[in-house]
Amino acid sequence: MPRIEELPLWLRALLVAYPWRRIAPVPVAALQRPLSDCRVALVTTAGLVPPGAEPFDAHARGGDVSYRVIEAGVSVPRLADHHRSNSFDHSGIAKDRNLALPLDRLRELAAERVIGDVAPRHLSFMGSITAPGRLVGDSAPKAAALLQEDGVDVALLVPV
Amino acid sequence: MLPEVTAKVGPPRALAVPWPLGFPLGAPDDPALQRRVLVAMLELLPRVDVPVLEDFSP
Repeated sequence: MPRIEELPLWLRALLVAYPWRRIAPVPVAALQRPLSDCRVALVTTAGLVPPGAEPFDAHARGGDVSYRVIEAGVSVPRLADHHRSNSFDHSGIAKDRNLALPLDRLRELAAERVIGDVAPRHLSFMGSITAPGRLVGDSAPKAAALLQEDGVDVALLVPV
Repeated sequence: MLPEVTAKVGPPRALAVPWPLGFPLGAPDDPALQRRVLVAMLELLPRVDVPVLEDFSP
């Protein structure tokens, strides 16, 4: 399990000093139906971009708070890694994008009726957002509304 | 993910995995392992005693 003390000094200093935001009380939504009837969406912070979409802005001040919509029918290997950070090893995701956006795995779980079905749209953010105000106030609510519009019951966040 | 950071932020349900940053679902081209991680995440959904932070055992 990765621990903060194992990271490079510059990253450790950033993480220790960063004013992490916490929502209180902790929001929680109970399952309204069996998992086998649930529509499931994926949300990644790996900065993956579908073919033809604009890359994330690696130089955006405070981080790029936008998101990309990934259609359920996309070919996962065609997603491009545009994450600007060198705080993590990108080599695993370079070999297999499912490591960050396990869409093929989700399709398999739907075929096995573990979940009800795969949401028509999934979301990709790029992490490294040091100034999250616009994320919290604007892009994240819009992203959530998109998933609600699609009737998503469960959103799984896969952070990198 | 970093469990120390996750504990500070307190999302409702989180799974702590034993791999380095960049490998959230374990390993590339290992569908069986990736599936086990996803299923472990899904198994947290009935929990409402939030925040929940469980360790994944490979």
